[in-house]
Amino acid sequence: MKFPLRQLLFFAGAIGMAILYALAFAHLPGPEGLRSMYRDVINLQTVEQRHITDAITAVNFDYRGFDTLGEEFILFVSVMGALVLLREEKDQGGQKVPDAAWPARSVPPGDALRVWTLWMTGPVVLFGIYIVVHGQLTPGGGFQGGVILATAPLLIYMAENLEVFKRITSHEWVEIAEAIGAGGYALIGLIAFFYSKPFLTNVIPLGPGGTNINVLSGGMVPLIDLTVGLEVAAGFVLLLYAFLQEMLVKQGDQ
Amino acid sequence: MIFYVACAVAAWLFLVGVYGIATSDNLVHLVLCLVVVQASTYVLLSAVGYRHGGVAPVFADVTQTQTTVDSVVQALMLTDIVVEATVVALLLAITVQIKKRTGIVDPNNVNLLRG
Amino acid sequence: MTALPALPVVIPLLMAALLVALGSHLHRRLMDLLALLTAGSVAGICAYLTYKSSQGAPIVYWFGNWTPEKHFALGISFVIDPIGGGLATLVAFLICAALLFSWRYLEAVKSLYHALMLIFMAGMCGLCLTGDLFNLFVWFEVMTASGVTLCGYKSEEHGPLQGALNFAVTNTLGAYLTLTGIALIYAYAGSLNMAQVSQTLIIHPPGGHLVQIGFLFLVAGFLVKAAVFPFHFWLADAHAVAPTPVCVLFSGVMVELGLYATARIYWAVFAPSFHASEGALRTVLLTMGVLTAVVGALQCFTQRHLKRLLAFSTISHVGLMFIGFALLDSDALAGTAMYVIGHGLVKAALFICVGILLHRFQSVDEFELQGIGVNSPWTGLLLFLGAIGLSGIPPFTNCVGESMIDESAKKMGLEWLSLVFIFAGAITSGAVLRIGARIWLGWGVRDEDAISRGSQKAHLGPETEGSHRRVPWSMWVPACALLLIALALGEIGPFRSATRTFSEQMLKTADYNAYVLQVAPMPAATKHAAGDFDSSIGKQVIALAIAVLLALLSLFPDVLGSARKSLGSLVDLALRPLKALHTGRIGDFVAWFIFGIAAYGAILLLCTK
Repeated sequence: MKFPLRQLLFFAGAIGMAILYALAFAHLPGPEGLRSMYRDVINLQTVEQRHITDAITAVNFDYRGFDTLGEEFILFVSVMGALVLLREEKDQGGQKVPDAAWPARSVPPGDALRVWTLWMTGPVVLFGIYIVVHGQLTPGGGFQGGVILATAPLLIYMAENLEVFKRITSHEWVEIAEAIGAGGYALIGLIAFFYSKPFLTNVIPLGPGGTNINVLSGGMVPLIDLTVGLEVAAGFVLLLYAFLQEMLVKQGDQ
Repeated sequence: MIFYVACAVAAWLFLVGVYGIATSDNLVHLVLCLVVVQASTYVLLSAVGYRHGGVAPVFADVTQTQTTVDSVVQALMLTDIVVEATVVALLLAITVQIKKRTGIVDPNNVNLLRG
Repeated sequence: MTALPALPVVIPLLMAALLVALGSHLHRRLMDLLALLTAGSVAGICAYLTYKSSQGAPIVYWFGNWTPEKHFALGISFVIDPIGGGLATLVAFLICAALLFSWRYLEAVKSLYHALMLIFMAGMCGLCLTGDLFNLFVWFEVMTASGVTLCGYKSEEHGPLQGALNFAVTNTLGAYLTLTGIALIYAYAGSLNMAQVSQTLIIHPPGGHLVQIGFLFLVAGFLVKAAVFPFHFWLADAHAVAPTPVCVLFSGVMVELGLYATARIYWAVFAPSFHASEGALRTVLLTMGVLTAVVGALQCFTQRHLKRLLAFSTISHVGLMFIGFALLDSDALAGTAMYVIGHGLVKAALFICVGILLHRFQSVDEFELQGIGVNSPWTGLLLFLGAIGLSGIPPFTNCVGESMIDESAKKMGLEWLSLVFIFAGAITSGAVLRIGARIWLGWGVRDEDAISRGSQKAHLGPETEGSHRRVPWSMWVPACALLLIALALGEIGPFRSATRTFSEQMLKTADYNAYVLQVAPMPAATKHAAGDFDSSIGKQVIALAIAVLLALLSLFPDVLGSARKSLGSLVDLALRPLKALHTGRIGDFVAWFIFGIAAYGAILLLCTK
């Protein structure tokens, strides 16, 4: 289709959609009129019922934990997808095309970069673990902490080169870690079956409550945080691996 | 008032993002326009969860009688963000492979499937 | 019952994680076996759940034991009724067929293929069984992500990448619009549970057009998935390049799930609030259905790439299913359900036949394969059987469905809809008959230029390993089984009566709400008789006759003599603009998407009294 025709089609549609949006928003009651029973019930109950102070984590992993299981597997599938799509070529004989020799970096990393990134790696890992573990107390949780943890190998890559990155992130073990993280969430949900309760019921003892809420409160939520953190961190490291590997082979071609 | 402004921003982001996708001539640009479209859903969800004078629903610092914003909506947004990040990763992997196999990054020229 | 309803989703997810963890250490046949066993067990569980839910009331399962407090839903629920359960069983069954087809011979990347298929199954089953809006969205995204990856699976070639890209971008855009719809509905109703939202909409009806626009946005993503015109462009591209077992699933169930989600959202959430605009909705849905059916059928006939041809025929038949849904009537819904099952089975069998051709001869181009089919006669028989099935003659299951829909249409004074059924059935069936005759009987003019001109597109690299000289049993057995079931199912009386009974149950929103929110028990469903739907047989035979005629005319155009040139140029004039629309470019698809949503919204609002 010719370009101007496409634009015409789009603008006709866009005007129509803008009108639809306007009509829909016009009849939404403003912020005060919005029905908020769901929020009210959860906010009032989450501390007593679940010994969790971060209502968002409570919703994510307890009240609506099943959604998060699906979401975790979307991440799992996408990482697998990136691996499938960026996989190594096989030549005619079915042999793997050998990796290009590690090319020397065109510009070696400066000393300032190396000092800073190598020094930051430790604190980043600690911070990531802190976020993962305290998910039910303060904003954070498995997803956020996992992403922070995944940046640690990236920092090392920036300071060194791909060979070091590959050495510290053994492809096979990271894949296994990711699978354990993903499967672990489902397994934790299965624990409820032993108590004759539906899937993902929080049957683990809830831990200290009231003003003593600490990292052990929340029953299965801290456990789920750990598995999700593991899966997200491993998943993002694999993604980095796949993309950097792709970049390496391309550089080797030139 | 701010609620309706936020809703208008959400609508604008959606339409602008889709315009970007429709008229894009670079695959990476196309994927990032998709991110812009996604941002419109974040803005809308945040607007829906907003309450006047509401604070974050983290009861470590806040007592339970205070007005808080909607926590369910924020959980939805978390899921939304993860979904978007993964879809973008997938699309970028496809983009890298297309560039590698055909050397083309213009979506208008990748016309192997016609008719 | 505390464990079973969750298992159709949990078991495949766990097994997929296990397969990825153990990936490199497993022998190929062990992976195949594990995947097949998982799919089989899920099929069994879904069948059992369907049976249980048909004995009494639908099964309501609250995850995390978050049962409604004071009739307010806090957690996520699965609401398994026979329609949803039956569809989930079909999903699992087709996955079994696809896994059997890919047994041993399909090129697999470690265990990733099997894991992806299992997660795909989990997403589809979750979508069929859920009773919560955001959960529906999550499983929809799981389906899309795994579908995209499976589509672009053979990433060594250019085609799969482009197909996967089109698939991903269009479906994701649709998903974002669905999310916008969820935000709007949540803003108004303050809940995400379908029954709860419905209750709120009944008690506090919103002013203005919020209900219509919210509904349209909410189902936008599912309409894209269902490949309704003008959101259908991605489907043919995705089919053309995906491996055969994946095509089996796309055409067999994935597209139909978009229709199911739309129907479920309508009846579980919006039906009572729509009473004023029901006529307008019927108009919009009929427009969608008729346009899709016509465009799909016309495009189907002009294809030479076998998988693309079958993809367009799927689009056409989904248009027919939408017509069935558009009547918004319980008998029409029963007919649509039967049509979904019948069409899914027949289309899956047809794709398996094409897959066998690809395995033996490494091509899916109609002209390139001319006459070569004599080496594989039994596959040809299956293909012809499937082609006849598409036209909707008895005793195929989709015939029964079509008859039910015709009866409903007659009751509403919309008899002309049966013409659309005849049109679409005849053309799609004729197209498959034509390729069958060309490939197996060698009929038709042998056009050397055409072969060399177009063959690069259709000449895919092999997707299977091993000897290409014979067809392994694991490939033709599923095709036979699928066709046999398609033939038999429609004639089983209790199955027909159960479909009618539970379709009516699906329409009763108020009972559904009360039951899910634990306000009142579910009233027993009124049993319907199996019914006698033979009145449309005449029309269906006409459709088959037209199909045969079209196939013969396109194979031997010289029969028409002098009229051939003028007729040919007329047909060409009509069809060329349509073919030009299908450019394969994302920018066009996206522009059509926006335009389509705006247009349907405009029709919906303008037709509301």
